Amino acid sequence: MTTTDPRPTSEPTDARPARRGTGTRGTRVVGIAAIIAMVWLVAFGLGFSPEDRDQRESVRLLYVHVPTIWLAYLAFVVTAIGSGMYLFTKKKSLGWDRLAGASAEIGTVFVAVTLVVGALWGRLTWGVFWQWDARLTTTALLFVTYVGYLAVRRLGGTHEQRARRSSVIGLIAVLEIPLVHWSVRLWRSLHQEATVLDTDGDVDMDGLMLFSLFVGVIAFSLLYVWLVMHRTRAMAMEDLLDDHGLDEALAARRAEDDTLSATPEPAVDPKGAS
Amino acid sequence: MNAWRIARLVAGKDLRIEWHSRVLTNQVLPFAGVTMVIFAFALDSDAVLQRVAPGLVWLATMFSLLVLVQRTFAVETDDGALDALRVAGVDPRAIFLGKATGLFVQLIVLEIVLLFAAVVLYGQTVPIGGVVLLVTTAISATCGLAAVGTLYGGLAAGFRGRETLLPLLTLPAVAPVLIGATRAVEAALGTAGAVVSDGWSWVGLLCVFAVAFGVGGSLAFGPLIDE
Repeated sequence: MTTTDPRPTSEPTDARPARRGTGTRGTRVVGIAAIIAMVWLVAFGLGFSPEDRDQRESVRLLYVHVPTIWLAYLAFVVTAIGSGMYLFTKKKSLGWDRLAGASAEIGTVFVAVTLVVGALWGRLTWGVFWQWDARLTTTALLFVTYVGYLAVRRLGGTHEQRARRSSVIGLIAVLEIPLVHWSVRLWRSLHQEATVLDTDGDVDMDGLMLFSLFVGVIAFSLLYVWLVMHRTRAMAMEDLLDDHGLDEALAARRAEDDTLSATPEPAVDPKGAS
Repeated sequence: MNAWRIARLVAGKDLRIEWHSRVLTNQVLPFAGVTMVIFAFALDSDAVLQRVAPGLVWLATMFSLLVLVQRTFAVETDDGALDALRVAGVDPRAIFLGKATGLFVQLIVLEIVLLFAAVVLYGQTVPIGGVVLLVTTAISATCGLAAVGTLYGGLAAGFRGRETLLPLLTLPAVAPVLIGATRAVEAALGTAGAVVSDGWSWVGLLCVFAVAFGVGGSLAFGPLIDE
């Protein structure tokens, strides 16, 4: 995912003094804070925090694995809120729709990161990449559901059509996920004993580990906010570009019509002189 | 006209179209049958087939659901019939209910045939004690499938790429039905020593699913097709 969309930079060819890029003072502040927090996370995650008694060094994956999934949940909640606000407010503001879309994109990426990191971690601690455990299965279905949501956003049509369709799907996903989770949990609890997943049984976590996790959450929260700000603006510019492109095409077409109709007209009536 | 009557009319129209075109009997049922046969090729062992037969019946149902949904909305979009219904001021909830009912009837026919195929091909037996559970499971699961299918079918109708979008949206959404219905049918048929009483909690899940998507779908259908 590119945050600094290349398209908007090519946009200000017209006379309007359009803003270049999607950065503002606000995003820069958040971006710099995110970088600092990431450096902090690397220092604590890889350096200061101790290795685990059982899991050794692999426990350091925790500092990416847990914050990304938390932020992904947050992102999908934001998507649902954005969808609801678009659908149920009088002024159907496309801003809400773009916020929902941007948040879903970033949430999906975060879930993907969680799944990949989790699979690697699973290989190291459980010996397998994947367990058909309730939480893993739900997360995988969550990922696929939002990939579907993003596909719906790309169906085409006008911005309003896209917004209406995707906000309905964004809300239905909220209905879907608890059902999926419930069924999967029931399925697994009937089938096998409590799985190896009680690796997170070390709730009596080392203080420094807990602090590193906290740093991770802050770092990824900042990253999320920064990405959403940029992505929402990039989407607004894409929409603008679409409208603008359509307007230009219409104008070109009209001009074409005018020139076509202008030639035969003088032969028919004197009105063509105008 | 009240909504129920419109729903009945829409469902009746769909079923009449199906009855005359025979797509269900000529294409969908054979497709489901072939699926059952190729499952047997892939899982080359009688014991394995016996064990997984309930799941295969529901998998074949889901694949056929995708075909049926596309079919039921192709009928609407080809002649702009869905738009015509909307222009005529028909309540979208009634359209949703009608389409879902039509789909429900077709799916039930399909499931009966698939169950019969499982008895013949995979050596399943249906114990008398499990019949009530089996019928309840089929009805509640099919309600859920029909609701999800109609909802996403209506969404994808009339767009390029709907053939690929429909499975992507539908299959994750119906995962709970696949899980619940498979376990319930296992209980009903006594697969792998399951007992009938195990199945009823799954029927509860299937009913909640059906109600959630029935209500959610009928509310969401209007904004989805209203373009």
